[in-house]
Order: sequence, then C-alpha cells, then structure tokens
Amino acid sequence: MAASTMAVPQADVPLSANLKGKVGMWCLITAESSIFLIFVVAYLYYAGKSISGPTPAQVLDIPYFASICLFASSGTIMLAEKALHRGNVKRFGLFWFLTLALGVIFLFKTGAEWYRLIYHEGLTISTNLFGTTYYSLVGLHAFHVTVGAIGLTTILLFTLFGAVKQEHAERISVFGMYWHFVDAIWVVVLSVVYFITR
Amino acid sequence: MAEAQPIVPPLVIPQEREGSRPFVQVLHDWIVTVDHKRLGIMYFSYGILALVIGGIEASIMRAQLAVANNNLVSPEVFNQLFTMHGTTMIFFAAMPIVFGIANYLTPLMIGARDMAFPRLNAWGFWMTAFGGIILYFSFVGGFGLYGAGSAPDVGWFAYAPLTSPAFSVGHSTDYWTIGLLISGFGSIATGLNIMTTVLCMRGPGMKLNRMPMLVWLNSVMAFLILVAIGPLTAAQLMLLIDRFLGGHFFDTQAGGSAVIWMHFFWIFGHPEVYILVLPAFGILSEVIPVFSRKPIFGYNIMVAATVAIGFISLSVWAHHMFTVGMTSYANAFFVASTSAIAVPTGIKIFNWVGTMWGGKITFTTAMLFSVAAVAQMLIAGLTGIMLAAAPFDWQLGNSYFVIAHFHYVILGVIVFGVFSAAYYWYPKVTGRMMSETLGKWHFWLFLIGFHMTFDFMHIPGLLGMPRRIYTYEASRGWQTWNTIVSIGVIFQALAVLIWVFNATKSYFRGKIAGSDPWDAWTLEWSTSSPPPDYNFAELPVVRSRRPLWDLKHPEDPDWKYE
Ligand SMILES: [Cu+2]
Repeated sequence: MAASTMAVPQADVPLSANLKGKVGMWCLITAESSIFLIFVVAYLYYAGKSISGPTPAQVLDIPYFASICLFASSGTIMLAEKALHRGNVKRFGLFWFLTLALGVIFLFKTGAEWYRLIYHEGLTISTNLFGTTYYSLVGLHAFHVTVGAIGLTTILLFTLFGAVKQEHAERISVFGMYWHFVDAIWVVVLSVVYFITR
Repeated sequence: MAEAQPIVPPLVIPQEREGSRPFVQVLHDWIVTVDHKRLGIMYFSYGILALVIGGIEASIMRAQLAVANNNLVSPEVFNQLFTMHGTTMIFFAAMPIVFGIANYLTPLMIGARDMAFPRLNAWGFWMTAFGGIILYFSFVGGFGLYGAGSAPDVGWFAYAPLTSPAFSVGHSTDYWTIGLLISGFGSIATGLNIMTTVLCMRGPGMKLNRMPMLVWLNSVMAFLILVAIGPLTAAQLMLLIDRFLGGHFFDTQAGGSAVIWMHFFWIFGHPEVYILVLPAFGILSEVIPVFSRKPIFGYNIMVAATVAIGFISLSVWAHHMFTVGMTSYANAFFVASTSAIAVPTGIKIFNWVGTMWGGKITFTTAMLFSVAAVAQMLIAGLTGIMLAAAPFDWQLGNSYFVIAHFHYVILGVIVFGVFSAAYYWYPKVTGRMMSETLGKWHFWLFLIGFHMTFDFMHIPGLLGMPRRIYTYEASRGWQTWNTIVSIGVIFQALAVLIWVFNATKSYFRGKIAGSDPWDAWTLEWSTSSPPPDYNFAELPVVRSRRPLWDLKHPEDPDWKYE
C-alpha cells in the first residue's frame, strides 16, 4: 500500500524543495528590480530638467576605484562559495572577508563622494531635481550594499566561531545571489548616472 | 500499479478543543503561529474586519449623498471618508482576504505540508496588520493631539501636488504613505512565498499542468505582486523624500512633475486590480465545475488566458489618465492594449459558461454567488471596454460611471467570489456546514442590494455627476438615482450581517461536514475537516487534474484521457 502510493515516476517529482531558497531569492530580486526600475526611470526622466545648478557635468566624478572594488567583490564571493562547496572553510572565510572589505571600501568611497558633494559643491537632496534624483537612486543602491554588508558580517562572524560548514554551501550561495544582484544594479546605476546623463 | 486504490480514510487524531485551554494560551498560539492555515484564517478575518470598517465609511458617504443639499458630514470629513474607504478596501480588506484564501488553500491543493517559508508568511501577515494600524492611527496622530479625528484626505491615489507639504499639512498623508509602504513589504513577502510554494513544494505527481485553476491564478497573482508592488513602494519612497527631506520629485515649482506620480501610481494601480480579481476568477473556476459536475471547460486555454492577462495588465495603466491629456500616440496605445485585455477575459467567461453548459447544476449558495459573479463580470467588462475608448472616457472619466464600473468588478466579481469561497470552503476550515437557508437569504439580499446600488449608480454618472463631490444641487436631477443607490446599501449591510451570523452560528451548531461534503475533486478535500496540523497523513499520487475523482472512480479515472 505505502509502496504503491510512494512509487512515483522520476519525471513526476516537482522542482525539488531544496531549490526554494534560490527561487525565493529570484522572486525578491524581481520585486527589488521593479523598485529600482522606477527610480531609474525617474532619474532619466528628470535628467537635465533642474531649473538651477549644480549640474551633473559640473560636480560628478566617475567613481572608477569604488566600482572596480564592487565588481571585484562579485568575483571574490564566487571564489568563497566555490571553496565552501569543496569544504574548504578557511579559504571560504578568507574570500568572504575580502568580499566584505571590498563592499565596505565601496561604501566608504560613496560616503566620501557625498561629503564632497554636500560640503564642497553645495549639492544636497533638496538643492534641485538632480540632487533629489541622484541621492535617492545612489542612496537606494548604497542602502542595499549596506544591508548586504551586514549580512556578510553576520556570516563572517558565524564562520569565525566555526558555525559555517560545508552543508551550508547552498544557503550561502542564496545570499551570494543577493550580492550579485546588488553589483548588477550598480552596472545600471553607474551607466545611467555617470555615463548616459552626465 | 494499484489501479483500485481505496480512498484513504483521514487519520483521526484526537484534537484538543480550543475551549478546554486557558484563553491566554490559545491567544499566544495564534499570535506566534507560522502555520499556513492559521495565518490564512487570520488574513481572512483581518480582511473582513477591514471590509466592515470600509463598509461603514461607504455607508456614511451614501447617507450623505442620498438627498440633495445634505450636510450630514462636512466636506472635510467627506474627503477623509472616501480616502479611507478606498485605501482600506483595496489594501486592508481585499488584499488580506485573497491572501488568506491563497495561504489556506495553496499548500492543501498541491499536497504540501506548509508554505515554502512559514516564518516569512507570519512576517508578511504582521506587516500587513501593522500597516493597517498605522493608517488608522492617523485619526489620532494626523495633526497631533490637538486635531484629533483627522485622517488622510488626498484620495486613495493621492495625486500630486495635493500631497505636497504646502497642501497637506500635518501628518495624515504620512500615515497613509507609511501604512501602505509597510503593508507593501508584507504583500511582497506573500507573493514571494506563494510563487516559491507553487514552484517548489508540489506533492508527488502534481505537475504544473495538473494544478487546480485556483493555484494557477494565485501564482499569476503572485507574479503580479512581485512586479507591481515595487512601483508603489518606489513612488511612496519618493513622496516621503519630498515631504521629509525637501525633495522635488513631484514638486512642479522646482521642475518636478505631478503627472509622473500618476504614471507611477497606476503602473501599480492597474495590475493591482488583477491581483485582486485573479484569485476571484480562481474561486469561480473551482466552484463552478464541482456544482456543474463537469471538469473545467478548456483548462489549457484558461491557463493561457490567465498568463496573457498577467502580462497585458502591465501595459494598460494610462487608461486611468486619458482625462489628464496625453499625446495621441499614447492614447492610441493604451486604448489598444486595454481593449486587448478584454479578449482573455472574454475567454474566461466563455469557459465558465462552457463548464456549466450541459452540466448537472446544483444551486448551492456557493454556486449562486459564483454564477452571479460570472454574469456581473460580463457587465463590468462591457462598461470597461466602453471606458477604454478614450473619447468616451473624456466624457465620463472621473464621473460616477467610472465608480459604478470598478465597483462592479470589485463587489460584483471579487466580493461575490469571496462569498462563494466562504460558503464552499467553510466546511473544510471549520468542519461544519453553513446553513443553506440563511445562505440563500444572504445571497438574494446581497444581490438585490448590489444591483440597486451599482446598476443605478451608472445613471448619475451618465448625467454628469462627478466623483468625490460631497453634495449636489437638487436641480441637477441626480437625487432620485442617488436615493435608490443609497437604499441598496441597506440591503447589502443586512446581507453581510446575516452572513456573519450564519458563520458564527454554524461554527457551533452546524451539521458536521466530513472530509468531502461537496463530492469535490481537488486534494484539499482528501484530508479531514479541519485539516490536521500536518495537512496530509498520506498523499495520494496525483495522476490527473482531478485526483479525488480518480480515487473515487478507479474504473473510469481521468488520467486515461488527459
Ligand atoms: Cu485600470
């Protein structure tokens, strides 16, 4: 009886339940993308419509170093995931720490950029439309990097206390998806803010 | 293999009656629960509570408009009433109710133990609940303690620049914004959860093309939540930046645009209608086949139509903006896309009728509500096509004709569908049957009240009565129609009271239902009523779209023909 109920042809087994973390993260990425999309549309729509200065061309410098750091962190987190898949927790911890460090450098550079814009160029969120759209789009992204950095720190602490093991590789890679997403969004924000409309 | 499988008798586990435990402990269990069935009931009850509150607000407005030159409420209070009514009904009544139904039924229908992320599920519910509390706290907090009794008064779509700090002083608009923002996070969590559950948690043999229609419609709803709530969240964040940080997104004085708020809001707002109506379509697609004793007509076409509606609904939003004035190209595009969405919707109506055609129909209360919903969907669709034509919309946009049209969808289809679901699944949730006699009273009174209110509401619209006015001159010739519209409310309120009484009484006195009172075909009826914590003691292997039919009729199973 039990055998007849449980004997299922392999093709009839639905998508495996241990994929649910990844599917859930894809759903979150979809929802987040739609939020970013609206902010990007607003940025493009309002580009050049400010009725007072300063303009992007006057004050924005392309953040090469910060961008390289953030993009590199996508590589280091992949190396970290690979190490954990093979069970090499030490190597995982090392690359995980590197990822966090690169993310923090990015945030620090963003902060420095904002400091310069606010105190030396006199551009705040209420100065003009450019300020409003710039700080909200870049700020929304920086907020996501911050959330990611908090996640990275938490997992790093778990690793230091020896709680992260090979069997967590799947879950860690779900978090990795989020970090890749944050990096991918930066590709869009960087090109829109610093290349297309500057 | 075992062709002649006996129906698996539900495993009987002696369950403690709730009454035998101390109240605090029962309450504690409900508050900390992560069980999809309890969260489903909580979502549903929360939604019904909001439905009653929003209904009371509507009733006060109808009392005010019943006769000309009335001053039962002040214009300021009237503005607050229609804002709170719209916001409450959409975000805190309709959405929680359809989420509740999806939460309760999705795992049961696909043979899963729970949703994919039970704790996220609880989080989503509490965010929604918290959002509603923040919205209603505006009555106390909107103007601080000195202006007690103030609430948002900017309309449920809160057009700029009405929401700018200059025109909306105090914090009532902020409570509106933050309340919706927070409940939006809850909605995204629920959408994510439903989607993941459907993709990853299906039981043995439950292929995608064997899923019950309600599950299909709920997964398209979940997709729409994921892509459509984001724009609302983004727009609300921008509004907060404008109001608190001095931003200029919607500030026309600094080069910002008021129209872009409309675009952002309706990019969310139109799919939102489908987020609400698709689950109702799903309910009709479950109830009508069972009471027609026929499988659903054109399952594949039905699924295709649903997916088509999901995609097309993302490209029609600016039909809410014809009266704003757009380029002729934009007008033409949105007229075409809006008319196109009538095609898959028409297919659905055709398929429901095809399901009933030649069937052995029993008119239970659940079936009555579903059949009425099909007919009303047809009428709502027809006025929808009329409004989709831009020149027609220039005449009647922002009139009571529009109000009548979308209430026809929201009450005539969604609320009728929800009532149908309430009668159909009540035995599963409580283990007892609802009284059919009281149910019929509920149905007929509600039907009469609904048609009195919303059929006749089209007419003052055609005669030029704009929406959102708090009173009108007697010489306009609108009074008779408005009086009839308002009288209909009494019937509807009475009907809802009968329903609540019926549900309460049946919970204690109703006939014991057993696991499968309607002789239905989907998996939720294979487990006991109410289902045990673990849902299924033993999962039948699904081999067709009607797994229970296969179990009950081993000599003529569906899978031979599918
Ligand atoms: Cu619409």
